[in-house]
Amino acid sequence: MRKTETFYDVIRRQGITRRSFIKFCSLTAASLGFGPDAKTAMAEALETKERVPVIWMHGLECTCCSESFIRSAHPLVKDVVLSMISLDYDDTIMVAAGHQAEAILEETKQKYKGKYILAVEGNPPLNEDGMFCIDGGRPFVEKLKYVAEDAMAIIAWGACASWGCVQAAKPNPTQATPIDKVIRDKPIIKVPGCPPIAEVMTGVVTFITTFGRLPELDRQGRPKMFYSQRIHDKCYRRPHFDAGQFVEEWDDEGARNGYCLYKMGCRGPTTYNACSTVRWNGGVSFPIQSGHGCIGCSEDGFWDKGSFYDRLATINQFGIEANADRIGMTVAGVIGGAIAAHAAITAVKRVTTKREKTDV
Amino acid sequence: MSLFDPLATLDAHGERAVERQSVYVYEAPVRLWHWINAFSILMLALTGYLIGSPLLSMPGEASANFLMGYIRFNHFAAGQILAIALILRIYWVFVGNVDARQIFYVPVWSGRFWKECVHEVRWYAFLISKPKKYVGHKPLAQSAMFLMFTLPLLFMVITGFALYSEGTGRDSWEYSLFGWLFSIWPNSQDVHTFHHLGMWVILVFTMVHIYVAVREDIMSRQSIISSMISGERMFKDLED
Repeated sequence: MRKTETFYDVIRRQGITRRSFIKFCSLTAASLGFGPDAKTAMAEALETKERVPVIWMHGLECTCCSESFIRSAHPLVKDVVLSMISLDYDDTIMVAAGHQAEAILEETKQKYKGKYILAVEGNPPLNEDGMFCIDGGRPFVEKLKYVAEDAMAIIAWGACASWGCVQAAKPNPTQATPIDKVIRDKPIIKVPGCPPIAEVMTGVVTFITTFGRLPELDRQGRPKMFYSQRIHDKCYRRPHFDAGQFVEEWDDEGARNGYCLYKMGCRGPTTYNACSTVRWNGGVSFPIQSGHGCIGCSEDGFWDKGSFYDRLATINQFGIEANADRIGMTVAGVIGGAIAAHAAITAVKRVTTKREKTDV
Repeated sequence: MSLFDPLATLDAHGERAVERQSVYVYEAPVRLWHWINAFSILMLALTGYLIGSPLLSMPGEASANFLMGYIRFNHFAAGQILAIALILRIYWVFVGNVDARQIFYVPVWSGRFWKECVHEVRWYAFLISKPKKYVGHKPLAQSAMFLMFTLPLLFMVITGFALYSEGTGRDSWEYSLFGWLFSIWPNSQDVHTFHHLGMWVILVFTMVHIYVAVREDIMSRQSIISSMISGERMFKDLED
């Protein structure tokens, strides 16, 4: 078996001399205000620390996360895959196939017990004993549980692994289930989005490899650094929202002037993601900049909240499609009618009893 | 309790003059809370509806307009006032009189309560001609206020602050206090929807509340509307 490459090996492989490497360590140690011993400690850490082994598995999914990942610009995905992590297994992009590939999976699991990162794209369907997703001759859910046993942590890539996404939308015939509902004894970091932003994905990987631990997570298990603000909070069209300037129709003056897409069903106000700051394709654009509202793809159950073009969410509980206002107004109308009827009966009753009394 | 002397005369219809009793029921903080609620709920419902379904677009530059900003500001300000009033009111539950406690629970364990509920339902169904006299709320009013006002109000304050924390950020006290709501409903769009439905529950309650208050003021044997201004419950046993 080949020796695992350390960070120092990578640095040397990229043409940096040992002299420059030591200079870098002393300079960094001095600028951080550490003592004289720090440079040796740093150099030693970089020389001995192995790159983090990563196993990347694919469940019920569309590979859009991988597609997004390979388009990362900062850092470049080749630096991530070839220098920062040791991507030992990824059945979609690895050279090995079949039994060879499965052998690597087994080897990594044993050799780096409790040290590797398991990155999961997609989710396991649980219905029919998991038969809706077969990977390497067995249900994906079994493979997932097997590999997760010895993982240090799990990255749940995308809306599928984090929330369930389209395969878990009602009525969810395969019972597709997000990772955190299947694996409960490992730290799980959710990186939702359909797909997640490339730089967010590589950013999470960079953080884990640099600091050897998971970044700070929010209540839902998402990294705070990318998911603590809504699209709406940093949207460049926000001034139009505050001013009360909205696109009313797709081809109106407001649409041409770049007004807020709130009335067109934009999910920016309820979607936590970094699109409005990091943007897509190397910072070129993001949906709202292209004139279309956010569809809230990084949120739980975003397929089941009604049309992407309605402001108010659809409520489906009564067998009919309605929103909060329609239900509210209907109930208010019925109660209003009942009140009017009751008042009328009261009045009639009062008049008749009065008459009876005067008749007597 | 004060007693009015019976007037020893007959009225225009030749009926016997009546003895009127009045009891001090609603203490000043309770009455104040009622009217603060009335006005802030009016403001909250109006601005809240406009946040969900905004007005037509404003013309001109964005820098010259702040309509949505003002609407939201009024919503948040009214919400804060409502919340503070609710906290003070809950304090008053413990230090106020027995009637200050009434709409914060329903005595489901009391057999008498259920019996009186049935009696009151029969009164509203026109099956009996004379309602019972109550110093505080009637049993149906108590249940309706607890289930359709006090609880929804609490729900609205909690969801309201949770939604407000979306703007103030993850490090705000609003998020530390009410962020747990997003553990129950991870997609805040659901919380928005429930908050919206809560408004309709309170509005429907208000409709019934106003109708019944006016009706009972006319039909029943006690004052209702003026009691929430003066605090005195007047008993008018005209036909006794």
